[in-house]
Amino acid sequence: MTSTITIDPLTRVEGHGRITIQLDDQGFVSDAHFHVTQLRGFEKLCEGRPFYEMPSLMARICGICPVSHLIASAKACDEIMAVKIPDTAMKLRRMMNLAQILQSHALNFFHLSSPDLLLGMDADPATRNVFSMASTHPQLVRDGVRLRQIGQLIIELLGGKRIHPAWVVPGGVTEPLSVEQRDTILRMLPEALTITLRTIDLFKGIVDRFPEETRAFGNFPTLFMGLVDDRGGLEHYDGTLRIVDAAGSRVADGFDPRRYREIIGEAVEPWSFLKFPYYIPRGYPEGIYRVGPLARLNVVDTALTRWADQELAEFRQLGHGTVLSSFHYHYARLIEILFAVERIEQLLSEKEILSTHVRAHAAPNAAEGIGVSEAPRGLLIHHYRVDGQGLIEWANLIIATGHNNLAMNRAILQVAKRFIRGDRLQEGMLNRVEAVIRAFDPCLSCSTHAVGRMPLAIDLVGAQGELLHELRRR
Amino acid sequence: MKPQVKIKTLSIDGRDIGAREDETILEVARENGIAIPTLCWLEGLSTVGACRLCMVEIEGSSRLLPACTTHVEEGMRIATDSERLRRYRRQIVELIFSERNHVCSVCVSNGHCELQSLAQALGIVRVHVPYRYPRLDVDASHPRFVVDHNRCILCTRCVRVCDEVEGAHTWDVSGRGVDARVITDLAQPWGASESCTGCGKCVHVCPTGALFEKGKSVAEMSKRRQFLPYLTLMREERR
Ligand code: FES
Repeated sequence: MTSTITIDPLTRVEGHGRITIQLDDQGFVSDAHFHVTQLRGFEKLCEGRPFYEMPSLMARICGICPVSHLIASAKACDEIMAVKIPDTAMKLRRMMNLAQILQSHALNFFHLSSPDLLLGMDADPATRNVFSMASTHPQLVRDGVRLRQIGQLIIELLGGKRIHPAWVVPGGVTEPLSVEQRDTILRMLPEALTITLRTIDLFKGIVDRFPEETRAFGNFPTLFMGLVDDRGGLEHYDGTLRIVDAAGSRVADGFDPRRYREIIGEAVEPWSFLKFPYYIPRGYPEGIYRVGPLARLNVVDTALTRWADQELAEFRQLGHGTVLSSFHYHYARLIEILFAVERIEQLLSEKEILSTHVRAHAAPNAAEGIGVSEAPRGLLIHHYRVDGQGLIEWANLIIATGHNNLAMNRAILQVAKRFIRGDRLQEGMLNRVEAVIRAFDPCLSCSTHAVGRMPLAIDLVGAQGELLHELRRR
Repeated sequence: MKPQVKIKTLSIDGRDIGAREDETILEVARENGIAIPTLCWLEGLSTVGACRLCMVEIEGSSRLLPACTTHVEEGMRIATDSERLRRYRRQIVELIFSERNHVCSVCVSNGHCELQSLAQALGIVRVHVPYRYPRLDVDASHPRFVVDHNRCILCTRCVRVCDEVEGAHTWDVSGRGVDARVITDLAQPWGASESCTGCGKCVHVCPTGALFEKGKSVAEMSKRRQFLPYLTLMREERR
């Protein structure tokens, strides 16, 4: 008898989707699919709108990482204006992007993933959440709240008290940084650093409890893709694309991300609205690659900040050439939080950061613009074409969760094969399937460009296609 | 000032008030610090009484009358605020919202919009009629300005300021009912208009983000209207 398991809804993931797990005659897992059942709509929505409306419009794709969309969109618009924005504006945008990464990573680690990591994958789902953590690990919960708050405060200080700050605009930013704002941010950073270092210590203390998860959570060779700066350092705002293989050798380097279409193909599968990007030279699906914190740390030579570099050296010990287990996205996120804190401090100590020249003005001068940046979840590409009046004719977005789609599906299959036996689903099995998805930190509202959140489900389906078990949780 | 204007006495919201006979209810109310919501009316322009937001109740009449076009009369007893009036005003604003695509969050005039402030003042939190979501054009052919029909409420302030103050009469209205649009010249792209002087008055009298300056980002388009009464005054004195 063959069966399929579908997980629905997946808790603690942003957005919605559905997982189907197929069993063979012997009751072993034969296949697994992660369906995204939302339709993308944003590209259509923006047709005919003036290009300078795009950053604010695009920021609404996602309530979790609006800043990342703002930045990629504004960069695409800079290109349509064909201007080089003032240096200070670039640094301020870079800072806001880092604050977003800090905030989003903290959300994933402390709120979404730490219950699995600290209470255990097999713990009762009723208590395996951040609320019970408040009594079992009060310090960690306090740290998580505070760290997220610091990220959010930096974003608010820069962009005003809004979820979708309109401060990042085509040509730069609307307001320069004041001395008071700078000092307020600087005062919060030491605390953020202390919290992050403390959390990394704690994480390193518990990671050994998960040998099975480390082995089976999306642990396979793939390519890794990310931006690096001109010294091969960790980069989230600008830079060029570097792709390394599982052994860590460079497959592409110094590649202009504007030429993404030459190397990134987008395959379509009938069971998901989410496309499957792949690295064209290797074909589909061999061109599977991963993006995001794990990939970024795998492609760089150095982080270029003190604490992050120290951790990066330890991180590298986890693999040969590259770190392959997606379980280590968690560690990578923590290292990136460290980097964000350090890098924000560096940026704030630069003298020109207070310059009032923060915006370039221009009419639409180019018919096309491509904006690329690193969002918390990985490489983000906004690509627009405008008519002679600067009205959007066409838009294409490739979002981090999309890049990871192939890898996520393969990771789910790997976890399902390792942990699911028979036609009955046990909580621990299911939770591991969910947990591997959370390791990638997918944002489904982002990747399907739809507004709002919807649930996710798991179906267990037999060999004859019959539904054996269905799980929906809220 | 005209010689021998007569003074009428009336009451607004229970207050006894004296007014010149050539004044409208709206003018008298404003002089006396009584707020009546308006959208199509603007000081310095002719009055069209189109939006119906300024409706007031007059004792002895079952009909509601627009304060902007109704002249005062002796002994009038006027109420500018009642549950009935508020309900009608909310309905009007909700219908305006449902008619086109007013997406405040991405609008250049967010935070500086008369329609938005009116909705806030009337306590509108949702629209009870279905949205029409029409597909409307954005005309960005003018070198400095843009017209976004999605946000136009057809108040015709642009039409009037262009005709009455600038004297160009570039703007007009074509079509009827839901098909009505403001147009430039004979419905040519604004950029191709030969009559437009590029003065920008229409942009600044527009109550929403329908007319705006190019290059403005979300919430950046605040409008200056102080110039209008001043311009009118200067012209009258010169005559
Ligand atoms: S203001 Fe009186 S009808 Fe519009």
